[in-house]
Amino acid sequence: MMGIRVAATFIVIAGIALGFFAFGDTEREYKLGLDLAGGALLTYEADTENLAGDDIDGAMDALRDVIERRVNVFGVGEPRVSTETALLGGEIAHRLIVELPGVTDVDAAIEQLGETPLLEFRLVRQEGEPIQVTTSDGSIQMPSQTDMLYKRAELTGRYLQSARVQFGGNGGVVNQPYVALVFDSEGAEIFEAITRDNVGRELAVFLDGELLTSPVIQSVITSGEAIITGDFSPEEARDLAQNLNFGALPVPIELVGTQNIGGSLGKATVAAGVTAAAWGLALVALFMILWYRLPGLIAVVSLGVYVALMMTLFKFIPVTLTAAGIAGFILSIGMAVDANILIFERLKEELRDDRQGVRDAIRNGFKRAWASIRDGNLTSIFTAIILFYTTTSLVKGFALTFGIGVVVSMITAIGVTRTLLLAVGGETRSVLFGSGIHK
Amino acid sequence: MFIIKHSKLFFGISALLVAASFVLIGTKGLPLSIDFTGGSILEVTYTNERPTRDVVEAAVGAVVPNASVTLTGERGIIVRTPFLEDTDREEVLTALEVDGALFTEDRFSSIGPSIGEELKRKAFVAIGLVVVVIIVYVAFAFRRGDDEARPQVKGPSSWVYGLVAVIALLHDIIIPAGFFALMGLEVDTLFVMALLAILGFSVNDTIVVFDRIRENLRENADRKRSEDFGETVGKSLEQTFVRSINTSFTTLIVLVTLFVFAGAAVHNFALALIVGIIVGTYSSIFLASPLLVLFGRRK
Repeated sequence: MMGIRVAATFIVIAGIALGFFAFGDTEREYKLGLDLAGGALLTYEADTENLAGDDIDGAMDALRDVIERRVNVFGVGEPRVSTETALLGGEIAHRLIVELPGVTDVDAAIEQLGETPLLEFRLVRQEGEPIQVTTSDGSIQMPSQTDMLYKRAELTGRYLQSARVQFGGNGGVVNQPYVALVFDSEGAEIFEAITRDNVGRELAVFLDGELLTSPVIQSVITSGEAIITGDFSPEEARDLAQNLNFGALPVPIELVGTQNIGGSLGKATVAAGVTAAAWGLALVALFMILWYRLPGLIAVVSLGVYVALMMTLFKFIPVTLTAAGIAGFILSIGMAVDANILIFERLKEELRDDRQGVRDAIRNGFKRAWASIRDGNLTSIFTAIILFYTTTSLVKGFALTFGIGVVVSMITAIGVTRTLLLAVGGETRSVLFGSGIHK
Repeated sequence: MFIIKHSKLFFGISALLVAASFVLIGTKGLPLSIDFTGGSILEVTYTNERPTRDVVEAAVGAVVPNASVTLTGERGIIVRTPFLEDTDREEVLTALEVDGALFTEDRFSSIGPSIGEELKRKAFVAIGLVVVVIIVYVAFAFRRGDDEARPQVKGPSSWVYGLVAVIALLHDIIIPAGFFALMGLEVDTLFVMALLAILGFSVNDTIVVFDRIRENLRENADRKRSEDFGETVGKSLEQTFVRSINTSFTTLIVLVTLFVFAGAAVHNFALALIVGIIVGTYSSIFLASPLLVLFGRRK
């Protein structure tokens, strides 16, 4: 008896603590999906017709890397680039999904993503060298950080013919991988001029404005061939060669879907969702207390713990909350209430049997309700799992919160409601355990 | 138990509703959203006064064919068009500046036809898979393995339970679809989600009654009491009746608040679920159990 009451007190305190964490702690924020936070979602379809089956995955990975680099230039928080395959009329379509939270100017984003990436060679500036950056209209611009440190060398990926990984004893280490570049004839001339004038200086290689490597020019090179050495692992060298080769996109892509949600619309959706959830919970709580009295009140406490636990899980996992996800969560509240109702209806029947005390009635009521709760919830969990694995991202959000919700609701119904009921249930029957309009 | 006694009446109501739904879906069709057909949707809110629908429609219609304009809220409009390239979108935006009216762009969604095709396929696959899993699970959960030691426990085979559960399920998703056809409401991804959630709720509801039937069958066997199967089912229905109503009622409370407060985005979603929960509750009480008696007695 004491044990149960201690456990019940512990549960209530833990519930309040969770509540504070879920609603009070502002340091950790909920992760909102694009539809709620505002942002753009771009879907591209890759044209893989000219690729052999084995090469497609590699090409798609390279494509993702290229696009990811370009996306990172935007400086938006947590962009996501992912590839996806879809079965379309017997053929496999390869897609690239770009999520850009907070981006409202979708045109600029599309333009920037569609650009061919820039492979650039720049000389590392020497001290005292004058910095002059003029734009096309002749105005003076503030030099960027990169311009301060590196000088453009007029050599870009446009002149690159190929890049490939080679292994060799260059510099004494056997099997050290390096990347071999071959320029076309025009590039070879430029390269020759640069190397002739700048022996001993560093020639930096930039891809999409990002520094890749910065080798020292050893001697003048006339062949139009260059190697980039460095402390590469074979994988890194392969990636670098791939990136250089794929200066242009490895596969042509076509924009097949755009979704852009303004931040204000998202905020309104969140506010409306919160209002709906609050009203829904309040009305359900009112009904439960009016109909089931003391057990009803306990169900409300148990539901409170349930909501706090769910919100904490959303923060911790973290679950990206979307409008569909919130709908899934609100629906799972229905399942949580159902478990309590099943238990109380069973309890009522057990209490009619005068031969057992209230506490035994509670125990038996739970035992009997369990089969129904288990069978009903398991089918819901199966539904959630199927949804999660067969559908698109929108439905996944729903499936995830609904699935988690059903599992957690089962745990709170059995763990919390049961413990609390046992803790307050005395030995004698009272009107508090009645239900409905009867005594 | 009057439900079992008058089961023909309840079968009739269900059959009528399902038939009507099929007719409605067949004749009026289900208007598919751009999620499934591909297309573009643009939502803007005017800063000051909103031009009238006709003016906007004429302006947009001059730029892209087959555009439809609906008003939303006090100053918002939604423009639906076939799949737009990004350049076309610019033109539409320019067209919306009727007489220099200012607005903010809230949402732009453009879905290529291939994505829509795939979504449609995935929706059918998901619904089909859920139905199959449920019939298998119910057949498994109600298998008679642990009753084999007690052959005196009577009742139908577990596959009959599974079959009846699935009939109830189909009933529960066909009627909301018919309702949407009747009202001319657009079917989108959220609607499919609603159907799947209805499947979950409905089977839950049905299983609770079935569970009780099985329990009563076992109790009868233990007490060596012989009882007509119809009577056992009727008794089980009485015992679970309050629970069914209360659960559906609380779920409906939540859904109605969702419908009222949660904004246009989930309006149809909540509505589909409300219809689904109502028919789902009806089917688990008035359809599934009488069907079980019908099939269970035949063996």
